[in-house]
Amino acid sequence: MTKLTKILMLTSALTLAHAAHAQEGEPIKIGVLHSLSGTMAISETTLKDTVLMLVEQQNAKGGVLGRPLEAVVVDPASDWPLFAEKARELLTVSDVDAIFGCWTSVSRKSVLPVIEELNGLLFYPVQYEGEESSKNVIYTGAAPNQQAIPAVDYMTEELGVEKWALLGTDYVYPRTTNNILDAYLKSKGVAEEDIFVNYTPFGHSDWSKIVADVVALGADGKKVGVVSTINGDANVGFYKELAAAGVSADDIPVMAFSVGEEELSGLDTANLVGHLAAWNYFQTAESDQNTAFIEGWHEFTGDTNRVTNDPMEATMIGFNAWVAAVEKAGTTDVDPVLDAIVGIEVPNLTGGTATVLPNHHLTKPVLIGEIREDGQFDIVSQTEPVPGDAWTDYLPESAVLDADWPGKDCGMFNTQTNSCVQVQSNY
Amino acid sequence: MTRFRLLAACVMALFLPMAALANPALDAVISDNLGQIEKPSRRSVQPLVEQIAATGPEGLALLRAWSDRRLGLTAEGRAVIVDGSSVLDAVTGQPVFGVEPRMLRPNSGVRGVIDSAMVAGALNDPDARRRSAALDALARGGTPEQLAALRAALDDPDPVLVARKARLERLLTIQLDKDTQARVAAIRDMAGDVSLDFRAALNPLLAMQRVVSAGQPQGNVARELEVGSDALPRDAALALLVDAGVLQPRLTSAEQRGALAANLRNGQVGGIPVEQLSDPAARDRAYDALEAAGAVPPAATEAEAEAALAAHRFFDLYAEPSPEVTDAARAAQIRAQLRLGAMTGIDLGLDALSLASIYFLAAIGLAVTFGVMRVINMAHGEFIMMGAYTGYTVQTLIADRTLSLVVALPLAFAVTFAAGVVLYRLVIRHLAHRPLETLLATFGVSIALQQLAKNIFGTQARPLTAPAWLEGSVTVNDVISISSIRVAIFVLALLFLGLFLFIMKRTRLGLEVRAVTQNPGMAASMGINPDRIAMMTFGLGSGIAGIAGVAIGLFAQVTSELGQGYIVQSFMTVVVGGVGNIWGTLAGATLIGGLSKVIESLNPGNTLAAQTFMILFIIIFIQFRPRGIIPQRGRAAEA
Amino acid sequence: MTRKPFILQNPSVLIVLAVLAVFTLAVTLLSQAYGTGALPTSTVKVLGKTLCLALAAVAMDLVWGYLGILSLGQMAFFALGGYMIGQWLMYARTEVIVAEALAQNPIPPTPQELRDGVTNQIFGVVGSADLPLVWSFAHSLSLQLMLVLAVPGLLALVFGWLAFRSRVNGVYLSILTQAMTLALALWLFQNDSGFRGNNGLSGLQNIPGLDDVSQARLSVWFLWASAGTLGLFYVLAAWLVSGKFGSVIRAIRDDETRVRFLGYPVEGFKLVVFTLAAMITAVAGALYYPQAGIINPAEMMPIASIYLAVWVAIGGRGRLYGAVIGAVVVSLLSSWFTGGRAPSVHLPGYVVNWVDWWQVALGLSFVLVTLFAPKGIAGIFDRIGGLARPRRHGRDLGPDQGALQEREAKA
Repeated sequence: MTKLTKILMLTSALTLAHAAHAQEGEPIKIGVLHSLSGTMAISETTLKDTVLMLVEQQNAKGGVLGRPLEAVVVDPASDWPLFAEKARELLTVSDVDAIFGCWTSVSRKSVLPVIEELNGLLFYPVQYEGEESSKNVIYTGAAPNQQAIPAVDYMTEELGVEKWALLGTDYVYPRTTNNILDAYLKSKGVAEEDIFVNYTPFGHSDWSKIVADVVALGADGKKVGVVSTINGDANVGFYKELAAAGVSADDIPVMAFSVGEEELSGLDTANLVGHLAAWNYFQTAESDQNTAFIEGWHEFTGDTNRVTNDPMEATMIGFNAWVAAVEKAGTTDVDPVLDAIVGIEVPNLTGGTATVLPNHHLTKPVLIGEIREDGQFDIVSQTEPVPGDAWTDYLPESAVLDADWPGKDCGMFNTQTNSCVQVQSNY
Repeated sequence: MTRFRLLAACVMALFLPMAALANPALDAVISDNLGQIEKPSRRSVQPLVEQIAATGPEGLALLRAWSDRRLGLTAEGRAVIVDGSSVLDAVTGQPVFGVEPRMLRPNSGVRGVIDSAMVAGALNDPDARRRSAALDALARGGTPEQLAALRAALDDPDPVLVARKARLERLLTIQLDKDTQARVAAIRDMAGDVSLDFRAALNPLLAMQRVVSAGQPQGNVARELEVGSDALPRDAALALLVDAGVLQPRLTSAEQRGALAANLRNGQVGGIPVEQLSDPAARDRAYDALEAAGAVPPAATEAEAEAALAAHRFFDLYAEPSPEVTDAARAAQIRAQLRLGAMTGIDLGLDALSLASIYFLAAIGLAVTFGVMRVINMAHGEFIMMGAYTGYTVQTLIADRTLSLVVALPLAFAVTFAAGVVLYRLVIRHLAHRPLETLLATFGVSIALQQLAKNIFGTQARPLTAPAWLEGSVTVNDVISISSIRVAIFVLALLFLGLFLFIMKRTRLGLEVRAVTQNPGMAASMGINPDRIAMMTFGLGSGIAGIAGVAIGLFAQVTSELGQGYIVQSFMTVVVGGVGNIWGTLAGATLIGGLSKVIESLNPGNTLAAQTFMILFIIIFIQFRPRGIIPQRGRAAEA
Repeated sequence: MTRKPFILQNPSVLIVLAVLAVFTLAVTLLSQAYGTGALPTSTVKVLGKTLCLALAAVAMDLVWGYLGILSLGQMAFFALGGYMIGQWLMYARTEVIVAEALAQNPIPPTPQELRDGVTNQIFGVVGSADLPLVWSFAHSLSLQLMLVLAVPGLLALVFGWLAFRSRVNGVYLSILTQAMTLALALWLFQNDSGFRGNNGLSGLQNIPGLDDVSQARLSVWFLWASAGTLGLFYVLAAWLVSGKFGSVIRAIRDDETRVRFLGYPVEGFKLVVFTLAAMITAVAGALYYPQAGIINPAEMMPIASIYLAVWVAIGGRGRLYGAVIGAVVVSLLSSWFTGGRAPSVHLPGYVVNWVDWWQVALGLSFVLVTLFAPKGIAGIFDRIGGLARPRRHGRDLGPDQGALQEREAKA
């Protein structure tokens, strides 16, 4: 009996010592700034869970710098001013060393001034319209040249599309992306009248007229392709109408930039087989890291039907890059970490690596997927990793701009006049 | 077991040497082009496909499997055709066991190339489906050889396919035939047709290119353009001249600034102090000075532009060289124009009708409650949402979609009827004659219900799928078409109009409702219990909202915010139409549906603007008919 | 008989002003910039914004509690005020940046180049190249400040004139105001409207010319400004509703037709109050958005205005301090509950997470207040002050009021 007690005590003492080893010092706090309520909750809650999973996994590995990680979760409730308020709270009240958060461009623009004022560090995990490079933000999602332009190239090269319908929800990401695509297509010799642009409100549901307009584009005898930056729920009605109109992917292929595994789970995909999406990651990617990631996700959520998606991969890459940079810098202070993070290379989930570039974007492979009956994607094309370009080469004002933080200490550097236009970002 | 496996291995070993002999050409093509078979590209796959097709029936089988995504590659690099559970070697056609082939996924462009390569052979295939698929492939574009093959295969046992083949032959003749007369004849044959494929054949013939030329240009001239006309503004003409290299481009202000900066000497440019150069006029003077000194190249002047304009003519040229063909095509296009316009109008009308019927369904319940009780139920949108979620829940329980719909419609009615009655008993009854407070209280219910739905069903859109017989669309021709589900909603709206009229005009309940609406005091004096009537009407109105929810969920997304998207429109419908009258609601829905479609078609690039203008119109409309299109009469109207 | 002075007639005004002064002083002494630092800057900003919301609620109470128009479009004026001041904030701040960038070129910029540069900075993000016409005055603070009052005032005047002239009232009017704000929001959501669409105007917390002042100080300054403005307009509103003018508008609320028959120009009274309230709301908005930092069209979706009505109803209609209390209490509670800091309630078998359930609780509590406490929180003060309203029924019991009325009459 006494022996057993002794052993027990010894074991528990050992455990305590072990735990003490992993939790030496204060925990390192990181902020999670994703909406848990409101319209964006549908997309962002998943990312909050992803960060929590990554924190848990990292702590199981012994934390960072021998200190445990602690996630501070706040809810900006899909309310853009609230994003700024909560970011300030995270940085000044909770004293977090890095923030993982935001989804929409407007939420990022809302947070930017606060992050720059207080010299915080934000990891932004969603594909976006580019035209920005902040000292305090690492953009782990795709810039237009890592999603939109390769996707359009694919449609021209592989599908022979000659006439374009650019359909989008009316906000900044579709607007800017379509502007870039418009300039790009024209530079490729597509005529003005061969590009049809339409913007619809958020959550639009009456698609009959727009789908009819798209079908009517075929009257020129040119192959029509749709590039869709339609956001969120509105996609459901759009694809239903498309299916009802009998538009097959062979006649009019639809390439979506905002439709992933999550969005398709709200749909019966039987009639959508063959339509396309462009991302930097699909759940069907074949690699060991991906298998492990999906397993970890299913274990964490306790639900084997939960899908993974591109912003989750971007969150994971951002998290691992931050951990690597902190280990390299030996501190969690923002400036040394920012110095250390450029050039950091971490594995992505599609069998390659992602490098953090001087312009605070990443290298990412571009994947094109065709929708399958089960709501997953068949990867029909995968490129080598493409370096993200903060300032697009296809708009005249941006073509002359460059971002290079370690080299020039500037995110908006005019290469013609050789001067830094401004250090702070545009909001 | 082991013995059997051994035997199988022996058998295979026996077959293998023979297998390699079955189609050595195909085998060679495959092993030479493994890389391209694995990762084909539309641009470069054509020769390979032709090579494979030329190797004989095994090659064609391989192509077919490749196009259907049934082709796999084994670890040793052998191509196998997978068909369900059976795996056949593509070269030999023999079954293969114990391999895990990696399936190839050619993209749709590559599949198009493969299909097109097999068209000629497939036109006479015994399988009608395959012949039809070949025609599909041909309709996406053909070659002169395929046209010849099609002409040779015009006969078909299936009359539908005969017609399709004949039509396709005409279309391909227009596009591909060498003989101008044959093309003109084909165009004349089909003139007046408004279908998409004919227009798609016609329009490329009429494609134009704008050229600058000193004299009469070579080619098929469509028209000469006047500089300064609407078709060719002066700036566009100058741009054309610059593009043609005839005219030097005008100096842009950025270039001017760059040139000035390059010639900055001692704080002066061309004798003008640098501080003054924030004035454009000073910049021009400085530049002129530099030009005089020869420091910068002379800029283009207005006189040069005038001279170049005078010396050149501007033309639109057809890409198609033959004037006879373009003339015939132009004539055919003009003939089709009017019909096309009319049909686009009809299609727009159908869209408008569909939208109107949706608004009608959504608003009818609101109109009933508002008409009888003078209260606005802000939770009406949430009742619509409850109906849609009922439909979704039923569909998760009953797999058969037709049956689930049959169950869901009455169930949605029942659920929302009950919810309406509960809301009436608990809240609205206690707020009688305080309409503004009712409005706010029901708003409280609305936000609570919306959040409840989020908590129960999540924020994600839920699938509510129409049964197969409601998929697809009712198509008159390529212009006029409407999805079946919208037709069904239209029918449903008509049904409810009829049902509602029946209840109101032919039943005791309807009589009492009308009495209470017109004069509650008198009705009460006649022994009608206004409280009970109000409750029944409220339930009825809510129940219809539930059914509308199922209908809306079938063509749009089921989310907790579903009702929000319709509530304001429903209010508008009621207000515009006039209260307490079903015909008013109908008129309101028609007006709003029609109007929003018309505005949308006037401004096709921006759906948001259409909604804004629609609401503005309604605000102004109310000015002129404050009581709606069909105003209520009787004593209640003054209340 | 001489009238009592205004202040003596309305002792509540003094109390409110005193509470406001004490509150402002306390926050200042606890702030990071001027005091102990117990209140972080983000909290000071929240409190400053809450004061602006309270001011909007006072205006709402004027329109609804005193005039009887349930305007469900009040936040349109609030956001418009924010947009007007936001235009200057954004333009002036960008102008400084662009001027700095252009100064690096040896040739000084022309006014046109400066303008183009600013345009490109502001609108490059949303992909347009020309400065829209609506930005013509954005370079001037004084002009934009005038627009803060003029634009919402004019909108209210035109809308009100159209609506009141054709005798639209009651629920109809509520729906119409809701339609107005929806139309405005949808219009602003378009990029083509020239207000940067869904992105709205951002970076508003950086005040041009005050780059050296820290946000900690700025937030306190804005709190002072908000408190001062609230106090000023509170007194104005109280004065307005206390005199004869106030009696007339309350009479309009209770029975419009009778007031008209008595010879009062009802439409004129309504128009004055409606427009004035719109302008007060706009001032509140102009103070609110520089503290929030960003404004976008979602701020004027109908739901925001309905929440404003909810605050006033919970606080107590027809009592100006009720509106203030309602706005402060409900909006602070809301942000506390949705901020994820409220402790979850552990029920057997279920954990009530307030982020998920707050809306449900708010909705239901709202129904309960409407049903059982129509006077809202202010009703408590009435009871404390022994202020019982005389039991008056606005209408007599005619036969057309039906059987229901008998029960009510007994009550």
